[in-house]
Amino acid sequence: MSGPIIHVEGLGKRFTLHHKQRERYTALRDVLSERARSLFRPDKSQASTSDFWALKDLSFDIQAGDRVGIIGRNGAGKSTLLKVLSRIVDPTKGRVTIEGRLASLLEVGTGFHPELSGRENIYLNGAILGMSRKEITAKFDEIVAFADVERFLDTPVKRYSSGMYVRLAFAVAAHLEPEILVVDEVLAVGDAEFQRKCLGKMKEVAMGGRTVLFVSHNMAAIQNLCSTAIYLKQGQLITQGATADVLTAYLKDTGSAARMDLSERPDRQGNGAIRFTGFYLSDEDGRELAAAQSGATVVFNFDIEARSAPLRDVKVAMGIDDQYGQRITHLSNEVAGQVFAQADGMKRLSIRVPRFPLRNGNYTFTLFSSVNGEIADYLLNAGGFHVESGDYFGTGRTPAEDQGTFFVDHSFNLS
Amino acid sequence: MTAKHRVVIEPGSGSQNYWGDLWQYRGLLLFLAWRDLAVRYKQTTIGVLWAVVRPLLTIGAMWFIGWLFGSNVPEGTPRILIVCAATLPWQFFATSFSETANSLVANSNLLTKVYFPRLILPFSTVLVSAIDLLVALLIMVVLMAFYAYLPGPEVVLLPVFILLTLVSSLGAGLLIAALNVKYRDFRYLIPFIVQFGLYVTPVAFTSQDVFGNPDIPEALKYLYACNPMVAAVDGFRYALFGASQPIHWVGFGISSCISLVLLIIGIVYFRRTERGFADTI
Repeated sequence: MSGPIIHVEGLGKRFTLHHKQRERYTALRDVLSERARSLFRPDKSQASTSDFWALKDLSFDIQAGDRVGIIGRNGAGKSTLLKVLSRIVDPTKGRVTIEGRLASLLEVGTGFHPELSGRENIYLNGAILGMSRKEITAKFDEIVAFADVERFLDTPVKRYSSGMYVRLAFAVAAHLEPEILVVDEVLAVGDAEFQRKCLGKMKEVAMGGRTVLFVSHNMAAIQNLCSTAIYLKQGQLITQGATADVLTAYLKDTGSAARMDLSERPDRQGNGAIRFTGFYLSDEDGRELAAAQSGATVVFNFDIEARSAPLRDVKVAMGIDDQYGQRITHLSNEVAGQVFAQADGMKRLSIRVPRFPLRNGNYTFTLFSSVNGEIADYLLNAGGFHVESGDYFGTGRTPAEDQGTFFVDHSFNLS
Repeated sequence: MTAKHRVVIEPGSGSQNYWGDLWQYRGLLLFLAWRDLAVRYKQTTIGVLWAVVRPLLTIGAMWFIGWLFGSNVPEGTPRILIVCAATLPWQFFATSFSETANSLVANSNLLTKVYFPRLILPFSTVLVSAIDLLVALLIMVVLMAFYAYLPGPEVVLLPVFILLTLVSSLGAGLLIAALNVKYRDFRYLIPFIVQFGLYVTPVAFTSQDVFGNPDIPEALKYLYACNPMVAAVDGFRYALFGASQPIHWVGFGISSCISLVLLIIGIVYFRRTERGFADTI
């Protein structure tokens, strides 16, 4: 019975923040002048720094052969965790035991030099990632074939297209053969076809019995690739378990900006017969969500306040814009064929969208309501929400990022 | 799979098996040195000539200054040879010191993305400068051939003094490199040290000009000996010109002790701050 391949116990990483810091780096000049000043007011000297725990009392085990997705919002400590595991930064507290050779891929093409040729960079990058010269030579042809750069091997990589560059860089890393592979968000680069190839290669690596730790914002990739997942929030472990369960926990986790108070918005138009006062997202069962997910049922909930009765012929509409302000779609009770002839005493309005078709990203919405044919409340850019990527088609596959902003259900027939 | 390769990460655990790791990563050291050389020769049109042109110009200038101020040269030895024997170690020191001091900041992308013993970076830059020195030593050989001068048996000591130069430049370089990560104003110190060093190092003149001059107060002579490069340069001259360039042993002792102390301080400080490089750089 073998123990865990990675054992993390009470891990903590503290960063000291310098509030007064104006420059990107410390200059001795500033330190000296600061010290000199603090001689005269010693009580103030402590106030200029504060501690920030990027990782806090983190404990978990990873078994050999696990494919673990690490999820969490920006600043949750995912990258710091990977850097500690990769021995790039020192932890402040705790202990990690790793049984085996660990290679990390935190960036594509670390150490690539633009002046050197593709061939030279393969050797250099391989050495930087911890491969021996012999290993690289043995894998050389495979790497070149995977990257598809045979014709440009002796061209300096500064003349490469960005696609070729990324392909070559990933190819070197993909041919590392450690027992544990740590990968940070590297699939976010490169063209669609190559991303597919990378994902396939990562799956192959993982299926080969190696342990993979994978950080990504692409939930579809995590769903597809990982058997288990870890959810980090503010440097702490929230859940660890089967990927589907952890993803659900992640999406349900509130406390983010998904709930919005709209009652104080001054920039509204209309007679105020009905006003939108709050907004939140929920799932089908009414549990609040921090973000919507492509392919899942999403409910937009609005708190409403009725100012004057009677409320007849109420119309409500929601326009959804993408991050560029482009109107994507329009939801309204009118087009849905629902007439609200009377709405007195109503406090909540919800719009249910089954199999949410928008891609991951940030969206904003505009709200409109009218009562008796008169504008009651009109809130331009009333709020926004976030969509996490998800398995819309139920196939584990989604079109490439540059192939549009929403999904359409479809099927093929070959005859 | 019982613990054939176990890594334990704890606060300050960087020291366990550090030197073993360093040995394991020797391939990376060679690759980085090779990268710096390859890039240099790709970017510059005259490539390898740089390693020759720079010392040649410095030798010319130093020869002129030495001649102008009438520094002592032994009978029968051309001044240019005496100057050349000092310029080579000085150039070695100057490039390896300044490249080492900048090595961490210049490779910050590696520091924040990959693990390897950080000493690899300064070591690889010193290696590159050492290769430059070997190329530059050809100048010495050509000049000696031209003046038909054959060095005595002391020449076998030359590698010892090359090592001493390496110790001085590495010690100072490591210290400044580590400090430079935290306090970026140390980078302004680097060109100053190199420039100032040339005035207080016996390149245009010889140590005999200093130690043998009764007008210079004793205290100042000791201060002069505190320059770690004095020992290296005197050693080079002794190795090439034998008894005509005798070593002033007290000065040599002080100077080489300071070299060693500097190396120890440099390594200790570097090792102590190393684990925080990725956080602060």
